[in-house]
Amino acid sequence: MTTLILNGEERQVTSEPDTPLLYVLRDELELNGAKFGCGLGQCGACTVLVDGEPVFSCVTPVLLMNGRDIRTVEGLGTVAAPGPLQAAFIEEQAAQCGYCIAGMLLRAQALLVRVPDPQDDDILAALEPQLCRCGTHMRIIRAVKRAARTLSRAAEAVR
Amino acid sequence: MSFRRILLFGCLLALTAFAAALVYAWHSPLAPIDPPSAASFSDDEVRRGAALALIGDCRTCHTAPDARTFAGGLAMPTPFGTIYSTNITPDPETGIGRWSLAAFTRAMREGVDREGRHLYPAFPYDHFSLTTDGDVKALYAFLMTRDAVVAHAPANDLPFPINIRLVLAGWKLLFFHPAPFVTEPSRDAQWNRGRYLVEGLAHCGACHTPRNLMGAEIGSRAFAGGEAEGWTAFPLGSHSPARIPWTEAALGHYLRAGWGADHGAALGPMRPVVENLAEAPADDVVAMAHYLASLGHPVEKPLALAPTPAEAAGLRPQSAGWQAASAAPAAGLPPGQTIFDAACRSCHAAGRPLPLGGVDLAVSSSLSAPSPQNLLNILLQGVPASDGEAGPIMPNFGGALDDAALSALVGYLRQDLAGHPPWPGLADAIAAARRAGASSSHARAVR
Repeated sequence: MTTLILNGEERQVTSEPDTPLLYVLRDELELNGAKFGCGLGQCGACTVLVDGEPVFSCVTPVLLMNGRDIRTVEGLGTVAAPGPLQAAFIEEQAAQCGYCIAGMLLRAQALLVRVPDPQDDDILAALEPQLCRCGTHMRIIRAVKRAARTLSRAAEAVR
Repeated sequence: MSFRRILLFGCLLALTAFAAALVYAWHSPLAPIDPPSAASFSDDEVRRGAALALIGDCRTCHTAPDARTFAGGLAMPTPFGTIYSTNITPDPETGIGRWSLAAFTRAMREGVDREGRHLYPAFPYDHFSLTTDGDVKALYAFLMTRDAVVAHAPANDLPFPINIRLVLAGWKLLFFHPAPFVTEPSRDAQWNRGRYLVEGLAHCGACHTPRNLMGAEIGSRAFAGGEAEGWTAFPLGSHSPARIPWTEAALGHYLRAGWGADHGAALGPMRPVVENLAEAPADDVVAMAHYLASLGHPVEKPLALAPTPAEAAGLRPQSAGWQAASAAPAAGLPPGQTIFDAACRSCHAAGRPLPLGGVDLAVSSSLSAPSPQNLLNILLQGVPASDGEAGPIMPNFGGALDDAALSALVGYLRQDLAGHPPWPGLADAIAAARRAGASSSHARAVR
């Protein structure tokens, strides 16, 4: 039995401890946002955040996740109420087939926490581990910047 | 003698010493030339220079990420501050276009630029000074026939007093004693060629020899191991910690292919070196391996490795793909082994040797090294794919492994799998490697 803090909620999972986190998310917890791409931690489609850090969930055994804070794309917002990054990706139409987008969103989320006003170089460096075969890279970069603007406006409004 | 006279005499003495120091430190500028035309160099000389430039790793330091080759601007972190490499394309204003062969030779041999300024020894003239006239001329021909690129190197970020270049004259007086290469008559031509390259252009000692507090190589401890850019440069020859001694054949293969089944893969700052040598003349690399093998190896330590049963679950060659399914971890194993079985075994103990499978961690140099630095770098940052080069890859586990899990895994790998005593100061090393990893947001091979 492994205990996860999944998108802010404590969950018990019964998968074998050596099961990749990705399989636990998709098969046991039925969260299908994170995708299986290469299974080798090389394409980024399976990226989730663990304690705020991007992690390839396809090569991460769930035994390492006991008590850890895991965030998946489902934790960024819903279809009815998309989060700022999701809204920006929709506005920029940054997805074509969409297979890589969940991973892109989570790595971008980690970037925006670290660098609230990222420049092209920051985005390129941060998203380098994420592969996209459709070629929407320019839109993805625009979407990350758009989300950064939304978030900084929101932060100013609060101040 | 009155007190005044003694004082005056003392002042005069100090002034004379200061003037003498200035005279020693002073190098006059060499006359600028009009950039020579490409036609003034022979093709053969340019080709020879190109090969030598690969062995000298010129492009590795003199190229910034995603910028033009040889245009400089690469930030080189040193214990003293950051030094930026210079533009060595033949651009007349920002490069070396106005440098005569004499000026280029003086830089290689004496570490002084055309204008007469002392160069920082991040430019390894303490090795390059061995280079023969003919080879310096070929390198000059090669560089002067590259595309001229306008690129100003950023100003160095060094503290006082080492930001004053005249101070380097004192450093040179203490630590820089250039001498031409002398052929060792008792050895054959291949050994002498290898030594000439290893000690000279290839400047292996720049990383693999420890440095003193003033940043100079400690000659009496040649190849005893050093550090570069946050990575351990493994001790070589009789200092080597390798579980399976390096042979000439293993060295030759490693230097060109970038990996060896009995030792591991070239990573960190060694990665661009093997990428350069892969393109260099085979004979020269073989000669380097021949010389390096002649440095000997330590007395063989008994190697007691638990044999992996060929029939063990997950090791079947028919398992499709690059990874093999592992057996479910048995209950009650130490945590480090449980992590290894679940996260590492499918590549590293799946019965597939390099380059398609993972490094055999029982014999890996990263596990037998004097410090856990390289192992931690690999675990935390992974091995990103090289741009446009076939090379090893590994996903990073920095986010997945918390400090307790990392420490348990490293302990298992070092002690149980590789059979070495524990590394002292592991917790501090983990903290340092995490800090270094955070500052280089995504490590990639720079060439």
